[in-house]
Amino acid sequence: MTKRKNPFAASWTYEPAPESTDHIQIKKKYDLFINGEFIKPQNNKYFETVNPANDEKIAEVALAESEDVNKAVKAARNAFKGWSALEPKERGKYIYRIARLIQERAREFAVIESLDGGKPIRESRDIDIPLAANHFFYYAGWADKLEYAFPNRKAKPLGVAGQIIPWNFPLLMAAWKLAPALATGNTVVLKPAETTPLTALKLAEIIRDSGIPKGVVNIITGAGKTGAEIVNHPDIDKISFTGSTAVGKYIQKAVAGTPKKITLELGGKSANIIFEDAAIDQAVNGVIDAIFFNQGHVCCAGSRLFIQESVADTVIQKLKDRMSTLIVGDPLDKNTDIGAINSKRQLKTIENYIKIGINEGGEIYQTDCKLPKKGNWCAPTLFLNLSQSHKIVQEEIFGPVLAIQTFRTIDEVVEKANNTPYGLAAGVWTQKGAKIFYLTQKLKAGVIWANTFNKFDATSPFGGYKESGFGREGGLHGLKPYVKFE
Amino acid sequence: MLTDLSKIPTYDTLGVQERVERFQKRSIKKSSKTEGLRKILSMIDLTTLEGKDTRGKVEQLCYKAMHPHDALPELPTVAAICVYPSMVGVAKNALKGSSIHVASVATAFPSGQSSLKVKLDDTRFAVNEGADEVDMVISRGKFLSGDYNFVFDEIAAVKEACGKAHLKVILETGELETLDNVRKASEIAIQSGADFIKTSTGKIQPAATLPVTYVMLDTIKDHYLKTGKMIGMKPAGGISTSKLALNYLVMLNEVLGEKWMNKNYFRFGASSLANDVLMQLVKSETGFYQSANYFSKD
Repeated sequence: MTKRKNPFAASWTYEPAPESTDHIQIKKKYDLFINGEFIKPQNNKYFETVNPANDEKIAEVALAESEDVNKAVKAARNAFKGWSALEPKERGKYIYRIARLIQERAREFAVIESLDGGKPIRESRDIDIPLAANHFFYYAGWADKLEYAFPNRKAKPLGVAGQIIPWNFPLLMAAWKLAPALATGNTVVLKPAETTPLTALKLAEIIRDSGIPKGVVNIITGAGKTGAEIVNHPDIDKISFTGSTAVGKYIQKAVAGTPKKITLELGGKSANIIFEDAAIDQAVNGVIDAIFFNQGHVCCAGSRLFIQESVADTVIQKLKDRMSTLIVGDPLDKNTDIGAINSKRQLKTIENYIKIGINEGGEIYQTDCKLPKKGNWCAPTLFLNLSQSHKIVQEEIFGPVLAIQTFRTIDEVVEKANNTPYGLAAGVWTQKGAKIFYLTQKLKAGVIWANTFNKFDATSPFGGYKESGFGREGGLHGLKPYVKFE
Repeated sequence: MLTDLSKIPTYDTLGVQERVERFQKRSIKKSSKTEGLRKILSMIDLTTLEGKDTRGKVEQLCYKAMHPHDALPELPTVAAICVYPSMVGVAKNALKGSSIHVASVATAFPSGQSSLKVKLDDTRFAVNEGADEVDMVISRGKFLSGDYNFVFDEIAAVKEACGKAHLKVILETGELETLDNVRKASEIAIQSGADFIKTSTGKIQPAATLPVTYVMLDTIKDHYLKTGKMIGMKPAGGISTSKLALNYLVMLNEVLGEKWMNKNYFRFGASSLANDVLMQLVKSETGFYQSANYFSKD
């Protein structure tokens, strides 16, 4: 590994500033939220959810098995008739109420999100929770305006939606899926990821408190097997999944030949492209945010960096200097930039890819930040001297590992950026407007950011090309996967 | 010789704002806060730049500079007193025996709208009176009309007139409009011999801002990488609270780092900041905020 002493190293260190946990309430044991109440799982089995920053157990969570999934789907089916027939503005009212309740308890949600998932409190506080509330606010507004969303067509709900969400943005992904489904009159069985179930279960409390009719939202917990039960359940009309491409492919096979509709938001290996005419310093900062945001556990993370050769040395030096200022550690510390890796399993995956990168002859660079002894940690990592043929350039790592390549011309970089089975996002850094428009036409990605990265908004659709999935979430487009037309 | 300014880096305003917001989100508490506040106090150029300045006013300010708050022992003194050239002699005399520098604005401050001869005379007068540091203004009109060589030559001439005195070059960023212009002016100032670059006169709004200071720090960083020479930075005007000053210090810490974290390379140009810093320091000592009446106003 190459070492470089940063001539601009900081000396003034910030004393820990942990967010207080006094105000949060976590039960020792969480049951399944079915038909408006928390009930014990049929076989009375529970599993642990742990804090990835210190390996301590936070709570026990019910394991839903086939009878429980049955029960949840049945509750959703029973609630569908009333909920879909409800006056649309009444539906909107409940969704607004959920949004406001999230806002009121934003601090508690932020702390629990960081405790359970390992992401820095700055992110859960400033990004995850406010965006989740925004999604509910936004889709509440659509509930009674669907005739304007789909002019001259009569949009009808699909029925019962099975929604399976990932562990990287637990509450936010729940909001992305629940809000449009509810606004369009569907009922829901939602399963959070097994490593991060707590904010979804807190959301279940809010949903119960909102007074929404029983059975409209059911939240059940479990691992992949529970998810498979949902996917294969005969009385579900719609599957919406966010997660890995491997599981996405399994789901697509499983629903083939059934009338189930499906939305998949899968992996990515998104390209971030820096041209010589970019505002280099801001581009460097953007690259940092693009790959190290949420420890790189972001499906649209800018995990491949392409730098125009004329500025490559400058950019790489600035990247290394900037990386050395990143604070890695306690997710609850307000000064933390990079938190804990979500699970032991994911840490192993990332470490394995780092090994592969080294074995393939990539030049690794890591900052010499001190990592805590307990918990799951990975130092921010760069790989240089790579080509399209390297495995760490081709496969999604889902961690704080950036694969860097250089390029000479715009057509060369377009070809390389598109030379991947994925197509979720891309970033373009140049001060030339014409170049931005040219690239937005050429790059095959669902989202293209110009001179910024990882910006999300409830009004803006999000989704992929190719093996990054299909269907869109967010914005007007996000309504369509939950309706059929008469 | 001025280098080709068409080759200097460009800035994305939104990107710079985003970066600056992250500095503002750092939570500085307890001992790191005390350490930061003491640093800030030691970096202040205590300033009075008014037409109504008198000998009495300047002498009082100098005493305050040497005795920021005697109730708190072992406080650092401020870095310098900043006055008009006519008050340099008074300040020099009042500060005798202390290590506090006297900085003088010069070169037809604050507008700079005069002849080179007048500006050089102004500078020499200040230096002859005993100024350790000269804060000059650039000709913004010439800069905005693209006459960069004029600006370069003028700064070089003033630098020569300064002799041993340190030269701070005020860009008056509030009149330069864009961050790219701030970068360009910073390049010109550094290349023509500035020891420090400074944001503002304090007479024009906006004065110092975090984004503008960020661009200037970035210029200093690039200059160091290219030449190995360290240039100092002085944001001035509008920094009146400890909280904001700590934001600046965090930015300095994370952009330029340890070597710049001292009064030789960083200054705050401010008049009311010192008392707010003192109030915070007393609070960290005693746990209570004291009334402003307990802090001397000079």
